[in-house]
Amino acid sequence: MKNLTDQKSAPLDVVLLYVVVCLGALGTLLATAFSNDHLFRLHGWVGIIAFVLAAGVMTVGISWGRFRSPQTEYEDGVVRAGVIATMFWGSVGMLVGVVIAAQLAWPSIFYFPDFGFLNFGRLRPLHTSGVIFAFGGNALLCTSFYVVQRTCRARLAGGIWPWFVFWGYQLFIVLAATGYLAGITQSKEYAEPEWYIDLWLTIVWVAYLLVFLGTIWKRKEPHIYVANWFYLAFIITVAMLHVVNNLSLPINWLGHTSYPVFAGVQGALVQWWYGHNAVGFFLTAGFLAMMYYFVPKRAERPVYSYRLSIVHFWSLIFIYIWAGPHHLHYTALPQWAQTLGATFSIMLWMPSWGGMINGLMTLSGAWDKLRTDAVLRMMAVAVAFYGMSTFEGPLMSIREVNALSHYTDWTIGHVHSGALGWVGFISFGAIYCLVPWLWKKDRLYSDRLVEWHFWIATTGILLYIAAMWVSGIMEGLMWREYTPQGFLANSFVETVSAKHVENIIRTIGGLMYLTGTLIMSYNLWRTVRLPGPVAGEVPVPASAKPAIA
Amino acid sequence: MSGLTYETVAKFAQQGGTLYFAAIFLAGLAYALWPKNGETFSRLAQLPLEDAELTND
Repeated sequence: MKNLTDQKSAPLDVVLLYVVVCLGALGTLLATAFSNDHLFRLHGWVGIIAFVLAAGVMTVGISWGRFRSPQTEYEDGVVRAGVIATMFWGSVGMLVGVVIAAQLAWPSIFYFPDFGFLNFGRLRPLHTSGVIFAFGGNALLCTSFYVVQRTCRARLAGGIWPWFVFWGYQLFIVLAATGYLAGITQSKEYAEPEWYIDLWLTIVWVAYLLVFLGTIWKRKEPHIYVANWFYLAFIITVAMLHVVNNLSLPINWLGHTSYPVFAGVQGALVQWWYGHNAVGFFLTAGFLAMMYYFVPKRAERPVYSYRLSIVHFWSLIFIYIWAGPHHLHYTALPQWAQTLGATFSIMLWMPSWGGMINGLMTLSGAWDKLRTDAVLRMMAVAVAFYGMSTFEGPLMSIREVNALSHYTDWTIGHVHSGALGWVGFISFGAIYCLVPWLWKKDRLYSDRLVEWHFWIATTGILLYIAAMWVSGIMEGLMWREYTPQGFLANSFVETVSAKHVENIIRTIGGLMYLTGTLIMSYNLWRTVRLPGPVAGEVPVPASAKPAIA
Repeated sequence: MSGLTYETVAKFAQQGGTLYFAAIFLAGLAYALWPKNGETFSRLAQLPLEDAELTND
């Protein structure tokens, strides 16, 4: 392979991106100039700032002869950037979660009539997208870029384009987040961004897919490791879900409003086909990929059963895609479709528990490390939460159980046991591993702080989900309570005020989880600032030894 | 009237779908359990533990 650092002129991938960035700057400038929709112009300005900044940085970089991609080194810069973005957006998203939890617990204190953009309705999608797509998405992006390089023994494909994927994704997050606060939404849960933001994400996502596929294409390892299968399933399926669910017609090309192509129950079915597979492929498949790389690596044990991982993969992806209709029990959706969704959800018990057993049993021969290594313990607890929430989910998809649980806090508790316990903890574990490897340190700054993070956050999750079980089942029972005369016994507001104590406990639980994340951010920051290997000494390979002090 | 009614399409989708899923699952299971693949799989199970740096070849 030719070493690109010897070349004088800018490589093709850089020129291509430069053209794209300049066209982006021109396009957003024209769109902003000719639009008379002030919300669209707000986003136009965000686009102008982003593209002009990018064009400026690229102009300087190209004239200084930067942006070379030596094929003898891994591309770890973009992984480091992804780690920082993950922790930043995680802190923001979780903080907004605590704020809206406080709004539910103390509406008279945390409701701000003068600041409409801080209403619960505006902040709630900011929280959900912030933690799922900004925190979770960046965690997936950076770990996938790390894992695919190591398990393929190849530098990321596409030269500078992984950086386009990273910054393009951050632009998507900023557009989505500012849009929610300003009131730009197409009102589809977890798919709130409007048509032009969706188009931008599609471009970024296709670039992500090409970078990932290109890296697999030039691999030196003949087989594709199972984690890459999970990452690939996540990338391809999310592309498909995103495009189909966001098919819509803008009312004009210089305004933010659009109308979806699908209406009525068809629209609902497409939305929940998307919505549940955002859980299945974004929040499950991608993070299972993390499990299949970082758990064996940290435990220094091989995958318990590679055979089981293959069965896990194929059965998971084939079954998950059908489970969406369980979100539409007792609606206009035909009952056979509801039954189909519930049946496939129950079938998911098998791959989910197969995967959980595979992850936990990878620790066999290394169980003692759970006592001393809080990072490994965090990942083991994550896998346990994965098992617990994937047991609870199929249960809730049964029509009779759903009659009690749907629209109540039980659903919120279920989501958070998966999101805080599984997604959050497996990501934290992976990032605790990654930071010393990426910044070439032999250990984390403080293992005691990891212990503090682990226990505070775990207690927070338990408080949160226990409170939501209680309040969810209580309000579900209150909604269906009749008087002897056959009237509903409770008004809606009575069921809300009955949850006051649980809402306070949930706020405390969320605050504890956020506290853990902030402790982690501080610990990582101090780790990065630790003195590196002494000059002249042979540097330890990035991931030679997991830091267990 | 052609034979392509809702009932025939539904029957095809239900029975064909069952057979299709069963076939896919059995194919995946056969691949995973095929004795000859065992050696590859035990090597792949160790893959995350290896730390190969990139070389210029």
